[in-house]
Amino acid sequence: MKVRNILATKKGQLATIGPDEPVRRAIAMLAASRIGALLVTDEAGALVGILSERDIVRSAASDENLFDRPVGEIMTREVIVGMPQDDVIAVAHTMLERRFRHLPIMDEGKLIGIISIGDVLKTQRDAYRGEVDTLETMIIAEGEE
Amino acid sequence: MSLIGTAAQPLRVAIIGAGPAGFYAAERLFKETELVIEVDMFDRLPTPFGLVRNGVAPDHQKIKSVTAAFDRIANNPRFRFFGNVELGRDLSLDDFKANYHQILFSTGAQTDRPLGIPGDELIGSHPATEFVAWYNGHPDFRDCQFDLTQERVAVIGVGNVAIDVARILCRTQEELMKTDIADYALEALSKSQVKEVYILGRRGPAQAAFTAPEAKELGEMADCDTLVPPAEAELDPLSLASMASADRADVRKVEIIQELSHRQPTGKAKRLTLRFLVSPTELIGDEAGHVKQMKLVHNELYATDAGSLRSRSTDRTETLDVGLVFRSIGYRGVPLPGVPFNDSWGVIPNDAGRVIDMQTKEPVCGLYTAGWIKRGPTGVIGTNKPDAAETVESMLEDARNGDLLAPAHATSESAAAFVLERQPELVTYADWKQLDAMELNKGKEQGRPRVKFTRIEDMLAALRE
Ligand SMILES: Cc1cc2nc3c(=O)[nH]c(=O)nc-3n(C[C@H](O)[C@H](O)[C@H](O)COP(=O)(O)OP(=O)(O)OC[C@H]3O[C@@H](n4cnc5c(N)ncnc54)[C@H](O)[C@@H]3O)c2cc1C
Ligand SMILES: NC(=O)c1ccc[n+]([C@@H]2O[C@H](COP(=O)([O-])OP(=O)(O)OC[C@H]3O[C@@H](n4cnc5c(N)ncnc54)[C@H](OP(=O)(O)O)[C@@H]3O)[C@@H](O)[C@H]2O)c1
Repeated sequence: MKVRNILATKKGQLATIGPDEPVRRAIAMLAASRIGALLVTDEAGALVGILSERDIVRSAASDENLFDRPVGEIMTREVIVGMPQDDVIAVAHTMLERRFRHLPIMDEGKLIGIISIGDVLKTQRDAYRGEVDTLETMIIAEGEE
Repeated sequence: MSLIGTAAQPLRVAIIGAGPAGFYAAERLFKETELVIEVDMFDRLPTPFGLVRNGVAPDHQKIKSVTAAFDRIANNPRFRFFGNVELGRDLSLDDFKANYHQILFSTGAQTDRPLGIPGDELIGSHPATEFVAWYNGHPDFRDCQFDLTQERVAVIGVGNVAIDVARILCRTQEELMKTDIADYALEALSKSQVKEVYILGRRGPAQAAFTAPEAKELGEMADCDTLVPPAEAELDPLSLASMASADRADVRKVEIIQELSHRQPTGKAKRLTLRFLVSPTELIGDEAGHVKQMKLVHNELYATDAGSLRSRSTDRTETLDVGLVFRSIGYRGVPLPGVPFNDSWGVIPNDAGRVIDMQTKEPVCGLYTAGWIKRGPTGVIGTNKPDAAETVESMLEDARNGDLLAPAHATSESAAAFVLERQPELVTYADWKQLDAMELNKGKEQGRPRVKFTRIEDMLAALRE
């Protein structure tokens, strides 16, 4: 199973924000679209960072005036990026090992999506369920014969 | 609260595509007790079951028996089958919209992913999808020609389909006789000159897409030695490290491959060689345009940022003499007329099974999708069950909210009359059960599980008798 198989099941909407926008706006976007991270892109659309719920909580713990600060100040700059051809199982391992929950996906230099640890684990769960459901269908079929 | 979904006005659903996804969706719809639901299932072929009939390998009869579970779903009095009716040929999307409250597309992945190397188009270079459909008796592919006078064959890719293709090429006549392989394929394969088959993986054993039971089966054929070059079976340090977190099935798969690499040829009639870390870069033809050789480059693995292992070419190359090539690098969905399509992934764009508009990302009222055309060409038969269930949840929610199409004719009689007018030779489930009985009977006479009809005319003629 590849990352592209996950992307194929997603709406393909990219939630992006500029680094100069206030954190307030980022929080509103996260809440409205019920997601856990925003991609931070410059005017040219290039990825400059990622802003996750965790980044916000971490900053909020030491700064009560967080809301008006620019996203660029609190985002994570060193972003690990995936590709559509990456194996889901390897990506799952990396995300768990290195403790990050969102992976932006680039293809030929272009940002094309983002997947979450939830997506990754769901894919793995679905694969196991598929095996079980095949067996179950075979058992039902045997009962019919 | 809408009044649709009652005995007076049942919720009328069209399912287009009678493969596993379509049947699982019907099953889930019938489990709904609060709404009265009628399902009309369509397929472009007169025969149901999609890839279970036309994809699953004929020497895997046990798995093909899942169709008995689908029969049970079809027995529901609110279920009808309209075979030999194609969306785009006999009926348009608007026709469906005029007759149903909800339309579900479960049309699978009807074509192959292109490989795109020079020489791809030479005579003797085929997509595995065509060979698979041919040996399974798919009417559209029964007249394909494969040059089985060639002794040396390469199969590109190491998924389960590549394994199926190689296995069918390496089976003996006796082994194939016990299957429901198409008659003409049985005959053609009995005259096959194939002696040497290569399966080519671009990455290593730890990254092979096939599953452990399929790998094991390769080593258990009656008259074929299955080998792996020992150097290619060995894991590089990166793969070795990845095995620490691999699941048991993957560990087992690597063990099987390594066990095969210790085998020596025992003088069986055919030889199957599993190769790793090689990529075809070009097919070379003879004067007549037939494949005669394949250029390969040896690969090494490197880790991507996200920790996945990818191949990249080294400067080592080799040339392999092969006269027949099957590209088995995956299937691909095709667009349906009038239905949104995501060309990047070859799927119908959707949100939990609701078809969405590519631009606005908003759901398109009344349209749904399930199976390979919804999520891409991966997964076994059962994977389509939770997948279809997710879609049906969305359908039921919309039905309860009254978010439905407004068909001009919403009775089962008007729909049947309409379809019959467009396709007088439609095939019902009762018709199919007759064809099924004839196939099984013919099989019995020949000591085979089934002998398939492979021409639509023959099926229709048999039904007229
Ligand atoms: C070669 C091969 C071997 C496999 N072997 C196994 C196996 O051994 N075990 C296992 O568990 N899984 C196996 N699988 C996987 C399994 O077959 C799939 O998961 C499953 O069939 C996908 O179901 P589906 O309903 O989405 O599509 P399909 O099974 O492809 O069904 C789609 C149906 O839609 C119809 N259709 C398409 N277009 C139209 C149209 N325009 N109008 C009307 N009808 C249309 C087609 O005729 C077809 O009947 C195999 C797959 C392949 C390719
Ligand atoms: N017995 C069974 O249960 C059974 C039988 C048949 C099919 N199925 C299922 O049906 C689905 C489809 O099977 P599939 O075999 O078509 O697809 P698959 O499992 O996705 O395998 C595709 C193979 O092609 C390779 N490939 C892709 N692009 C390539 C390229 N450009 N050059 C060389 N190799 C390339 C892939 O290698 P990389 O990984 O390196 O990309 C992979 O080995 C799978 O989920 C499968 O499990 C199941």
